[in-house]
Amino acid sequence: MVDVRTDFEGDSCLITISGEVDASSSIYLDEALEKAMNSDIVRILVNCNHLNYISSAGLGVFMSYIQELEAKGKRMVLYRMSDRVYKVFEILGLHQLLTIVKTEEQAKKESNEL
Amino acid sequence: MSYRYKVSCCKDELQGVRDFVRNTLQNYTISDVEMHQLVLVVDEVCSNLMIHSHKCNPDHSLELKIQIGDDQGVTFEIYDSGKKGFNFKQYKEPCIKQIIKDRRKGGVGLLLVRRIMDQIDHDFHPKSRKNIYRLYKKLSVQPTHRA
Repeated sequence: MVDVRTDFEGDSCLITISGEVDASSSIYLDEALEKAMNSDIVRILVNCNHLNYISSAGLGVFMSYIQELEAKGKRMVLYRMSDRVYKVFEILGLHQLLTIVKTEEQAKKESNEL
Repeated sequence: MSYRYKVSCCKDELQGVRDFVRNTLQNYTISDVEMHQLVLVVDEVCSNLMIHSHKCNPDHSLELKIQIGDDQGVTFEIYDSGKKGFNFKQYKEPCIKQIIKDRRKGGVGLLLVRRIMDQIDHDFHPKSRKNIYRLYKKLSVQPTHRA
């Protein structure tokens, strides 16, 4: 089960993921990112503090927006990810293709570097 | 020790698969990172079979078996009666950069399985007409007090 909350504030969108993202629930993450991509905001901050589990379906959702982020000039930063979840991104080398930082402050700073 | 679980071929049942693997492995000294990865490989193989081999037909099912012991490491066996199985020996690793370029949302599940596990075998049992996927991870584990 997953809960994906989307909050818009100024030129930023904060996405908060709680629970487990798998083949059954990745659609909710996809919908949230699509909403952010199709809006006027330029920064997407993804709070992963309560993301307990992610499978390839969830990784695939993040991967599928990398090109579009670049094309639209938006910046996405994932933050407060647990070691166990980070390790899965690392296995595929996605930690080098996505911006993943530890704290919210770092995420805000990184997202300003457009 | 060996543990068994039967699951209907419905994506909503993947939570039950993960709970079964977690509840079983929690009886052993396995780190948080290793636990996530072992749960992940079973989830990936099951979801792949449910979607591609069984078209998410809830009347179909998969059977799981976990074997774990001090010197044995961890072995997962997934028994599947679906006609269209997959063969890890013929599996070619996809290019991550190409998947990103194509904006595809899938295609890295089996790659994760390959990178996490130490050995992957596939057998077909003619008698039961079942495909058996065997995933092995070399791990030194000890039972906790609850095992």
